[in-house]
Formats: sequence, structure tokens, C-alpha cells
Amino acid sequence: MDLKTLTYIVVFGTFGLYFAIAWWARAGSTSEFYAAGGGVGPVANGMAIGADWMSAASFISMAGLIAFLGYGGSVFLMGWTGGYVLLAMLLAPYLRKHGKFTVPEFIGDRYYSKGARIVAVLCLIIASLTYVIGQMKGVGVAFSRFLEVDYGLGLGIGMGVVWVYAVLGGMKGITYTQIAQYVVLIFAYTVPAVFISLQLTGNPIPQLGLGSTMADGSGMYFLDKLDLVVTDLGFKEYTTAVLGNNINMFAYTLSLMVGTAGLPHVIMRFFTVPSVKAARASAGYALVFIALLYTVAPAVGAMARLNLMNTIEPSPGQNLVYEERPQWFKDWEKTGLLKFEDKNGDGKIQYTSDEKSNEMVKVDRDIMVLANPAIANLPNWVIALVAAGGLAAALSTAAGLLLAISSSISHDMMKGILTPDLSEKSELLSSRIIMTISILVAGYLGLNPPGFAAGTVALAFGLAASSIFPALMMGIFSKKISGTAAIAGMCSGIGVTMLYVFQHKGIMFIPGTSFLGEMEANWFMGISPNAFGIVGAIVNFTVAFTVGKLTGDAPQEIQDMVENFRSPGPAGAAHAH
Amino acid sequence: MSTQKLTYWQRNLRLIATCLIIWFVVSYGFGLLLVEQLNTIRLGGYKLGFWFAQQGSIYVFVALVFYYAHAMNKLDAEFHVDEE
Repeated sequence: MDLKTLTYIVVFGTFGLYFAIAWWARAGSTSEFYAAGGGVGPVANGMAIGADWMSAASFISMAGLIAFLGYGGSVFLMGWTGGYVLLAMLLAPYLRKHGKFTVPEFIGDRYYSKGARIVAVLCLIIASLTYVIGQMKGVGVAFSRFLEVDYGLGLGIGMGVVWVYAVLGGMKGITYTQIAQYVVLIFAYTVPAVFISLQLTGNPIPQLGLGSTMADGSGMYFLDKLDLVVTDLGFKEYTTAVLGNNINMFAYTLSLMVGTAGLPHVIMRFFTVPSVKAARASAGYALVFIALLYTVAPAVGAMARLNLMNTIEPSPGQNLVYEERPQWFKDWEKTGLLKFEDKNGDGKIQYTSDEKSNEMVKVDRDIMVLANPAIANLPNWVIALVAAGGLAAALSTAAGLLLAISSSISHDMMKGILTPDLSEKSELLSSRIIMTISILVAGYLGLNPPGFAAGTVALAFGLAASSIFPALMMGIFSKKISGTAAIAGMCSGIGVTMLYVFQHKGIMFIPGTSFLGEMEANWFMGISPNAFGIVGAIVNFTVAFTVGKLTGDAPQEIQDMVENFRSPGPAGAAHAH
Repeated sequence: MSTQKLTYWQRNLRLIATCLIIWFVVSYGFGLLLVEQLNTIRLGGYKLGFWFAQQGSIYVFVALVFYYAHAMNKLDAEFHVDEE
């Protein structure tokens, strides 16, 4: 069977599965729509969080980044997993005990302020919307590459699929669909990795293969071989290449960790479990399911890099003749993501770190995972599986983000602030309408990505790290911090982070408006704009504590409320002894 | 605040502090700050610092979250603040 037919069968087979689950798990109440009725067990919830969290960026882009950054890529591996430790200990159990539906609702209650709730809603919408554009683009790319349909049509099909199960099922439908999507995506990610690890090192477990010897009989360790191959061509040594400088790597990792813990679409998953105990456990299961992909990713990246190098230059000095290039090379050339320019006119491909002699003028990092099975000559069904996996990753994350957006608008803005007497039935209907509008907006932005789309990840993590995480953490660990202090902290944290990102990347990312330029020389202590969220978080904490000292403590009833959500048991219950 | 509740909260804070110290040491310590020193040691084909940055820290994170959940369940029971 040819690849295209096979891909259609696998992709539409998985879509059929998602629809069946959505029909079975449709939501009947606001509690089911926002929080799946609070009845999802920890293992199931952990799996759903895994799919929710692992986006097109984790599935498609991360291993490609690692392949070209080497050791420097560790910031993503540690940053996007270490945040769950913070989430599990500093936020999740207490938010679950408080027992509301959304993050802004918690902030509004804790800081007894509609203003704080509105600030939180705005942060949430900006962070989630920028994030969802990336998912929509991922859906469009996967469709156009694998199913050879138009980018716009692919995007439309993706929007339709999300609409069916997100609008019908709300959190309940999304959660159960995400469990299926997790299985699809982890299978699609690990199967090619196992094959490739087996080919290169003889060890089927990629995590061990990366540390094993080559299967070519040389007895050389895989990583030593890779270091040798890349340094021979003038690239930085794979296992020691630093990203920027050490302070930048430190700040980058910390920003991603704190940002991860502060992303509302992840936090709100902890409202779906039945108890505080289950909230703690589901953080652990979520991390297990995430770690499954994140510990395979370094092997995928490193092995893809070596395979790419070996294809172009099978042995030193023996370069690939352009006319004899393999089929996958031609396929990706068509997309423009891979480009060759015969600079010295010898008809062979030279791939070096020197800009003058390098003839691989474009090797897009994003193609590494998608092209990997083809580079390694794996069977067609593995390639079809990767397409379905990439789509599962993008769709599951998009659905979670859209739910976060629509619940904050219908629950926090409408029910909470504008029209408090909304009946449950109308609230449910309005969340479905808002979800539909959100999908259309996200689809439109995916089709016409605004100029700032490229810089959006920095903005989403920066906002979450500098506003939402500090506000939540202070609200739990300080009983006295007041509403005024928290609002001042959130606003200054966002202010500093946005100012830094904009001054280096342009106001609203419009090129030419960056008044300090992209130059690394102007970076504060060498910290890149993507890594600046942690500085914003520190500013947030400092400002909030100073303002809190000057303007006084939170009222007694709020302090009692904090005391209540700090332990799982019933409020102020008398103890047996 | 009753002394019982205060003790419960302080025990929780101490547990969090212990876990976060380990969290910091394996990722920022072994994976970033001490990476060059650790890279002189090998773990199979891995340089040890590189291994912590791309593998080891993640395994420790998983263990920490489960340990915390387990220890807190015990603490809840001891102070009779568990949900059952």
C-alpha cells in the first residue's frame, strides 16, 4: 500500500476514535464542562495532562532543537519537566482543595478583588491564544506535508475535529479524548526511536542506546562518534555545546520551569480530580507520561543528527552526489524547509559550519522528527504513525487551551463579573458559543499568522512565569499578602517582561520597532528574551512584598480561607485528640 | 492558629524545602553548574554531567513528586486531616 493511502487510513482512523469518545463522554452540566465533574482518576488525569502539555512543539520541534543545540538543548528537557515538581508541591494540592473551576476564579477569591480576576483573565487569554496559534500551524503543516492537502484545508479539518469533541464534551470530552491522543502520540514517538536506536546501537531502548556503543563494530560509543563527526566539520562538540552562556542557560531553564507551573491550561487540569490526594498523585503520573517522551527526545535528536550527517557524508571526504540524493531529501526540498546550493559547483553536497563553504543553506529544525523515519529507511506504516502522532499532539493541546480561554470568558468574565445571575443552562450554552468563536479566531490566526507568531512562545511562558505563578504561590504561602499587593506585583512582573521582550524583538514583535535591537551585546547579563520570565517573576515577588508591607495585610476571613486550603481535611475540623 | 495546624504546615514546608533542594541540585547543580567537573566521569557512553542534564534530572523529578505525594499522605493521616 502506498504511503499516502496508509497515512489517510491511520489519521482518519484516529479521528474516528476521538469522535466516538466525544459522543460517549458528552457534558451535561457546567461542572462536567469545566472540570469533568471532578471525577477523573489520577492515572487517567495524568495521561490527559501529558497529552494536554505535549504540544506540536514538544512532538515536532523539541528533538530537532536538541539535534542542533546538543547539550544546550537540555534547557528544554529540564525546563519543561522540572516545572511539574513546582506544580505538584507549590500549587496543585491547594488549588484543588479550594475547589473552583478556573485559575482567575482562585485569584479573584484569594485576593478578594474583581480587578485581580480581570488581570488574571487577560494574562490567561494572551498566553493561551498565542500558544494556540502554534498548534494550529502545526496541524496545517502536518496535513500539507503528509496528506498533501492545502495548508488552509488541513487547518479547517483540524478545527472541525477539535470543535466536535471540545464543544460537545467540554473538559469531560477533552479529557477522555486526550487519553486516546496520549496513547497515539507516545506510540508514534517511541516506535521510530526504538527502530533507529536498534539500527545504530543494537539497543532497542533509546534512553540506553544513546549511551551505548555503535553497532557498526567499531566499539566506539555513540556520543563520542557524534562528537567526532560534528567537530570534524567545524560544528561545536555535541555533548558540551552551551546555549548562549551559563547564566542564560540557568535563567532559561528556570523561566521554563516557572512558566510551566504557571500555565493556566495545565493548572486547571488539577480541578478535574476528585480529591487533594488525587491531585498530588496525578502530578506524579503526568510527569511519568511526559518523561516517557522527554527522555526519548535526546536520543531522537542525537540519532537524527548523526543519520543526517552520515547521509550527506557517508565517510570523511566522500560526499553525497546531489543527483543521487534520497527521496526524503527531494520531498522536503519541495516544502522549502531543506535547501541545497552548489556553491563550488562539484555536484556534491558539503555540509559544514563555515558559511562560505556550507551548501546546506537551509535545514529547518522542525523537519528532524518528521523526516527521521524516512532518513532511517523505516517502513511506511511508521511514517504514517508519526503523522497521526503529530496531529494528536497538536489537537490535544489546542483543545486544552481553547477550554482554558472559553471557561475564563464565560465563567470568569460573564458569570463572575458581567452577568452574575446567569443560569447554569445559559452558562453552558454560552461557553459552547464562546468555544466556537475561540476556535474560529484561533483558526483565522493560524491561517494568517500575525507578525508576532514567531515570538509567541517567549510571551506565553514569560507571562505565565512573571504573573500567574507568583500570584498563585504568594496567595498560598503567605496568608497576609493583600489584593493590592498582588495586583501591583502582577502588573510590574508582566510590565518588565513585556518591555524586555519588546525592546529586543520589536513592539508587538513588529520588526524595526525594537529599540535595543536583537543584539546579544545588549542583553541584560546575556539573558535572551525567551529566558527573561524568571526576572519578571522576581520583580513581581519583590514589588508585591514591598507594597504589602506599606499597605497592610489581607483581612482575617481571607487568612482563614488560606488556612483552610492548606490542608486537605474539612475546614477547621476538630481533631479526635 | 492551633498548634496542631501550625506543626502540620511547618512539616509540609520542611518536606517541600528538602524536595526542592534535591530538585535544584540534580538539575541546576549537576546539569548546569558542575557539568564540566562531572563530565570527566563516564556513565557508559554518557558524560555524567550531560547525562544529568538530558536524562538523570528528569528521573529524579519523577521520583520526587511521588515521594512528596506519599509523604504528604502519611502526614495527613498523622494529623487527621486526610479526606476519608
